[in-house]
Amino acid sequence: MKTNDLISLLAQDAPVRLRLGRMLALALAVGILVSAGLLLSTVGMRANMGSAIETIRVIFKLVVTFVLAVAACGLVFRIGRPGASLTISAWLLLPLAALILAVASEMAIVPAEAWRASMMGRHAAFCVFFIPVLALAPLAGFLLALRNGAPESPGLAGAVAGLAAGAIAAATYAWHCPDDSPLFVAAWYTLAITLVTGLGALLGSRLLRW
Amino acid sequence: MKHSAREEQWADWMRGAIGGDTQAYNRFLTAVTPHLRAMARRRCEQLGAPPSEAEDVVQEVLLAVHLKRGTWDPSRPIGPWLSIIVRNKLIDSLRRRGRRVNVPIEDVIETLEAEPSGDGFDRLDAEHLLQRLKDPQRDIVRSISLQGTSISETAARLKMTEGAVRVALHRALKSLAAFYRSEEREDQ
Repeated sequence: MKTNDLISLLAQDAPVRLRLGRMLALALAVGILVSAGLLLSTVGMRANMGSAIETIRVIFKLVVTFVLAVAACGLVFRIGRPGASLTISAWLLLPLAALILAVASEMAIVPAEAWRASMMGRHAAFCVFFIPVLALAPLAGFLLALRNGAPESPGLAGAVAGLAAGAIAAATYAWHCPDDSPLFVAAWYTLAITLVTGLGALLGSRLLRW
Repeated sequence: MKHSAREEQWADWMRGAIGGDTQAYNRFLTAVTPHLRAMARRRCEQLGAPPSEAEDVVQEVLLAVHLKRGTWDPSRPIGPWLSIIVRNKLIDSLRRRGRRVNVPIEDVIETLEAEPSGDGFDRLDAEHLLQRLKDPQRDIVRSISLQGTSISETAARLKMTEGAVRVALHRALKSLAAFYRSEEREDQ
């Protein structure tokens, strides 16, 4: 086949049917729905959420995971586009700083003997198991959509997809989670999100090559 | 790349292409190809690869530009986007052919800006990748590329709808790109 023949061939396939942005938006919407649906249909929302939501630690947990999810999703929408600015990733520092601040104030308020108990909480193992489970649908959706992207580093793109999926899952799980200490969030939420990020990087380096 | 008149023109054509204007897209690809060819030839020369290999690289890069055109944001300049796609695929393609390369992005930008010289001579190892396509995909690709028939003529001959031919063509191009990638694994 001559190059000119290839060009006329490609020209016949000119229109772009599905833009990357729309595919990612679809993946995000479906991911959130599946994740939330899974939570509601299994462990359900925390029974005393109505009163719990008035406490500062619960509000903190909900807000910090939500902000992380928003920042990470913003990054997902850019990582597949060559030349797109990634300065938005600075927003990831916001939830990180908030978490550090919350941990510090928790340690100032709670006596040192109780730190360990606060960190361990009651459902640490379940948290580390269930957040990755809730992350599966958004992760699959993001990876599928990003296959239509052109990430400069497939592994990094996969990691970003994993971070966003893990953050969405954490923000979802926070509506069930009965452990409210920032020490708990810092230890187990972080571990769970890191696991999903690693899984994303691993899958990305295989699936997102182009 | 600065916002040169040429870049504006390319962006215009590509916007048309995304909307389905095949002529605009043909102009875009035809305009970009000499630049790709110059770049590929220079690399092949430096690496001591035969110049005939450059044309294979050009075709593979064109295929990548085609399949990834949905990642270009039409509100942004096309130069930086094109440079990155071309650089990555150039490195990828040459590496697969056993050449360790490092292509600085500045070089790509420079070549896209420069006036290209020389015309291409045509040859392809995509030919043997085409063999791996199944019918009707292979038939469609052959009749449009080699015999220059239109989508509607191809559809009439194969008793398919035009939509089905378009879908088959798009899948065939995706498969070709995947074949290129799988060649790499066989080599390693």
